Amino acid sequence: MNSLTKRIIPCLDVRDGRVVKGINFSGIRDVESPVELAKFYNESGADELVFYDITASFEERKLFTDILRQAASEIFIPLTVGGGINGVDDFDRVLKCGADKVSVNSGAIKAPGLIAEAAQKYGNQCVVLSMDVKRENGRFMVYAKGGRVPTGLDAVEWAVFGERHGAGELVVNSIDTDGVKDGFDIEMLTAISSRVTIPVIASGGAGCIRHFVDLFNAVPGVDAGLAASIFHFKEVSIDGLKRELKNNGINMRI
Amino acid sequence: MLIIIDYGVGNLFSLSSSLKSLGVESKISDKKADILHADRVILPGVGAFEDAARKLRASGLDVPLYEVVNDGKPLLGICLGMQMLFDKSFEYGEHAGLGLIPGTVRAIEHDLQSVSLKIPHMGWNALRFTKPSPLFKYNKDSDYVYFVHSYYARDCAEDTLAYADYGIPLTAAVGKKNVFGTQFHPEKSGTAGLKILKAFSEL
Repeated sequence: MNSLTKRIIPCLDVRDGRVVKGINFSGIRDVESPVELAKFYNESGADELVFYDITASFEERKLFTDILRQAASEIFIPLTVGGGINGVDDFDRVLKCGADKVSVNSGAIKAPGLIAEAAQKYGNQCVVLSMDVKRENGRFMVYAKGGRVPTGLDAVEWAVFGERHGAGELVVNSIDTDGVKDGFDIEMLTAISSRVTIPVIASGGAGCIRHFVDLFNAVPGVDAGLAASIFHFKEVSIDGLKRELKNNGINMRI
Repeated sequence: MLIIIDYGVGNLFSLSSSLKSLGVESKISDKKADILHADRVILPGVGAFEDAARKLRASGLDVPLYEVVNDGKPLLGICLGMQMLFDKSFEYGEHAGLGLIPGTVRAIEHDLQSVSLKIPHMGWNALRFTKPSPLFKYNKDSDYVYFVHSYYARDCAEDTLAYADYGIPLTAAVGKKNVFGTQFHPEKSGTAGLKILKAFSEL
């Protein structure tokens, strides 16, 4: 018997101290205060929160650690932080402000040794490998710098590499479905999750409750669904979503 | 005063913040005197067993910790802090623990039969109580709490307070007199976790 639940994770993309959400990584819209929104999600039953500094890797900016610290001092569910994580020093910086897990993306592409180095220092559970993936000539390929720069890395191979070197969790974001609200990228998520044993968080494409039901039914290897705009704009409520998932036989923390 | 032992391992920010939100006065400290004068103590911990056990001994803080326990004051080990309460761990070799609760720490993988379940056991799982404990006086059976671990305590049935179903029953909480441990993170388990910290602060 297994009572572990699937997780629902709102993602707060933070820029200049505000939560923003774009369509296909551009056309950014301002939403709300990250701390207020985080508190709201915590009360609505979010299983975890992700804070991303969406422009940090491009403009080499550091996260607004005071916002993080404030959120972490008021919210007692797991908090993952990403954006601009290029070295162990960056892990240290965000962990000290209350992050539980640190998400590396471009930083690990630039220096793959960072995965093992951080896992050794902080434990595998702390290292989340996040990847932005796009279809290219029938293959799933990894993009860097917020989905802007092709890397030539095969996404399945990169995921396997990440697991082998100590990543404790994977976030797989489909650039093709991100912001389109037409459902998660089932094909991509199946290809990647079937090759790793660490937890996989699906991201990109959620537009309605049905998309989450389909995700968990179609890809048993996916442990969590992540979304941003549908929660931010209150198109889908987290408690309503979790109840509906539970009604569909998917184990949820209600 | 509740003292959170700082021996250079783990994230103490959330633990400290969650106690503060409950109005429980606490202090993060690496001073022997603070631990000796504490009315209760939390032993946190994340990462590898060997490294954490070595750091605890190197800091010399294991000595006042034993004294606190002998004085009958409540001790709560969290996650790796709970695993260190046991006799030994088989995480990358064989390493001695504090020996405060009989039992051993093994890889979940060592005992897990179902290949479809992932390691680490990460996420929210339901508590199944095996015996009543003052630590859970505000909680109810099947409250969800947050776990992140690849190793678990076993051969400790006598002192097990709760387990979680993950193919096999995973030890979730233990208690022996004034010594308690939770494999999950109460400081990351939302309202259910805060209730446990509140109960601990009232022991």
